Amino acid sequence: MLNILLFVVFPYVALAIGIVGTIYRYLTNQYSFTSLSSQLLENDWQFWGSTLWHYGILPTTVIHLAGFTVPKIMAALHSTPEMLYLAEVAGKILGIMALVGVGILLYRRLASSKVRTVTSPVDWIVLALLFGQVLFGLILAFGYRWGAAWFLHTATPWMASLATFQPAPQYVTALPLAHKVHFLTGFLLFALMPFSRLVHIVTFPTSYAWRRFQLVIWTRRKAAQ
Amino acid sequence: MKIRSQVSMVFHLDKCIGCHTCSIACKNIWTDREGAEYMWWNNVETKPGVGFPTQWEDQEKYHGGWELEDKPKNPQLKLKLQNRLQTFANLFSNPAMPTMDDYYEPWTYKYGDLFNSPLGDDQPTARPVSRVDGKPIDIKSGPNWDDDLSGSNIYAVNDPLLESMSDDDKRRLFSIEQLFYFYMPRICNHCLNAGCVAACPSGAIYKRAEDGVVLINQDKCRGWRMCVSACPYKKTYYNWATGKSEKCILCYPRLETGQAPACFHSCVGRIRYLGVLLYDADQIPDAVRVPDEQLVQRQREMILDPNDPSVIAAAKESGIPDGVIAAAQRSPVYQYVKEWELALPLHPEYRTLPMLFYVPPLLPVLNSTQENGAQRVEAELFSSLEKARVPVRYMSRMLSAGNDEVVLKSYRKMIGVRIYKRAETVGDVTAEEAADALAQANMTAEEAEAIYRLTSLPTYQERFVIPPYSREGDIEEIYDPQQRKAESGFGKSQGAHRGL
Ligand code: HEM
Ligand code: SF4
Ligand code: SF4
Repeated sequence: MLNILLFVVFPYVALAIGIVGTIYRYLTNQYSFTSLSSQLLENDWQFWGSTLWHYGILPTTVIHLAGFTVPKIMAALHSTPEMLYLAEVAGKILGIMALVGVGILLYRRLASSKVRTVTSPVDWIVLALLFGQVLFGLILAFGYRWGAAWFLHTATPWMASLATFQPAPQYVTALPLAHKVHFLTGFLLFALMPFSRLVHIVTFPTSYAWRRFQLVIWTRRKAAQ
Repeated sequence: MKIRSQVSMVFHLDKCIGCHTCSIACKNIWTDREGAEYMWWNNVETKPGVGFPTQWEDQEKYHGGWELEDKPKNPQLKLKLQNRLQTFANLFSNPAMPTMDDYYEPWTYKYGDLFNSPLGDDQPTARPVSRVDGKPIDIKSGPNWDDDLSGSNIYAVNDPLLESMSDDDKRRLFSIEQLFYFYMPRICNHCLNAGCVAACPSGAIYKRAEDGVVLINQDKCRGWRMCVSACPYKKTYYNWATGKSEKCILCYPRLETGQAPACFHSCVGRIRYLGVLLYDADQIPDAVRVPDEQLVQRQREMILDPNDPSVIAAAKESGIPDGVIAAAQRSPVYQYVKEWELALPLHPEYRTLPMLFYVPPLLPVLNSTQENGAQRVEAELFSSLEKARVPVRYMSRMLSAGNDEVVLKSYRKMIGVRIYKRAETVGDVTAEEAADALAQANMTAEEAEAIYRLTSLPTYQERFVIPPYSREGDIEEIYDPQQRKAESGFGKSQGAHRGL
């Protein structure tokens, strides 16, 4: 029963909150979509904290998502022992970068009174959860090796079962506690997205890659013509 | 030809008395809010001096503006900050982000302590506290910290523009008898090739086609702060409370109701002029790629004569309303910038095509003292720039990308006007000397008279020729009432509250 609650009901609820909530916030309050940078107030640690964190967490997130969505490709990618070994090392390096990064971000928020004034309670919750999430991720990586391989036979089918609305929690219920904590925190963070600064993730400015440099806008030009 | 209209500005530096009224007018209306206290959309600097933020003209530090590729054939422009790929790589930490220390930490005083302190032997004091974290602070700088301190070996020596000057000139600037300084009021230049617009990853900054005002869409801004770095004039600011960038809006709500912007309106020295310029937008790409010394001339060429029938026809073709063309024909900015070539753009070498122009300052000129203590102004002294205190190199470094001749031309005219009027009204300069000065400046007596009138005696209506406007909302109502109706009515307006 508890397993159903934790690994079936909770993920669905978290996903729903995350997706619906973010869309709702975007439609009703676009103004609040920003990264809420504090670089103006503190720029000694900001570079190291933010750069290590994002350069660690972004590839890690993308790899996780790829493991869920294109497991065959991921499996093919580390079909040889060398590749598996490489994945293992790369994953750990990215994880450590992220951990050190979020550690620095937490530290500067605590240490700089200026940054503290622009810190909301949710900021603390999010940073603490992210720290824990990355920490548990690293515990898994170091404690249960070859995650790149077992991931595809546990987390992936579980996620696939959720995606196809044929939930099969048995793929993960038998795993050790550390795994469960990591999975659940992941969904919790997703649910927190619309209520925190994490909405900045969906505002990635892709169009800058091709847009014209200068933007000149007429007030309702079409109507005027 | 693609003609656009731009509400442009002239600041006459000879008339600026450095009172900061403009800054306060702007502050009271627009930036007296949490997170914006440190911003001065309008600020006044003492030059030579470090400016605000400190040494903003040092682009090796701040990386603002554009750079021309260093190759002889078809060189392209690049943002000095970064290219597109680097923009993505640097999203997480802006590589050239000024910190609050480069501006100053805003503060207030604990005035309450003056009233609420318990009875004691000492006078109660109001201690300064930070407007950011509320802690007591030791005030180390402010927005005009080196006000009037030109010639100071602590502040003015750090002016980045001094680098280009000879040691001799520098010594003169710092010796008390020959001291030369002036005030530089600065607002956003509402550039044609704006660095802020180009650098914004979200595309949140745009130029209004109707009047050229550059605005940041607060709903689209995501707080990456690339505009703050890319504006060479440091005229976009990051609001640390709302997480959005902000800048001078040329008081468009005032313009749209026929009023001059607040800083213009309140200017005590009446140094500010505002009017429409028509320009050829197709020329922008070429105008920003000429060598430094041609920049001012090239920018002038883009600005078109609003009385020329072919320009008028082309303007109509480009969708510019008759009322705006009529306003352009009466524009004081057109006279200063194009007809008289007196007003010059600030740092054209940043290649953003700034649309705020400055008439360079002439005062003080050297006077000679007669034996009885009275002063006689000699025409020769007036007319000889070498003897005047104005450091031409400094001014050309600032207003013409190093081209001395451009600045000298402007000065010769100003001197010509002065001698001409002096001969007429005071009479201690002879008519021949006046005619000679006009000839040197290549100027007719009528032109001198017109310059004199617009400089010294302009009315409010002559200083500010605001084109006919409608509020954005009104335009939409006129053109498209159905759509307008569908858009509003049921919506709710929101205050600007920081997100979680
Ligand atoms: C999509 C690409 C992303 C971009 C462009 C991005 C950009 C940024 C920026 C500009 C900041 C502000 C840093 C500052 O100047 O103070 C920031 C902060 C932050 N980002 Fe991201 N981010 C991205 C993805 C993510 C992801 C995937 C996560 C976590 C799952 C994340 C978590 C955070 C957190 C927690 C902060 C606050 C750091 C602090 O304490 O100041 N970001 N991000
Ligand atoms: S001066 Fe104004 S328009 Fe020009 S780059 Fe700076 S903020 Fe943008
Ligand atoms: S034009 Fe308006 S917004 Fe801009 S500096 Fe002047 S008062 Fe401020």
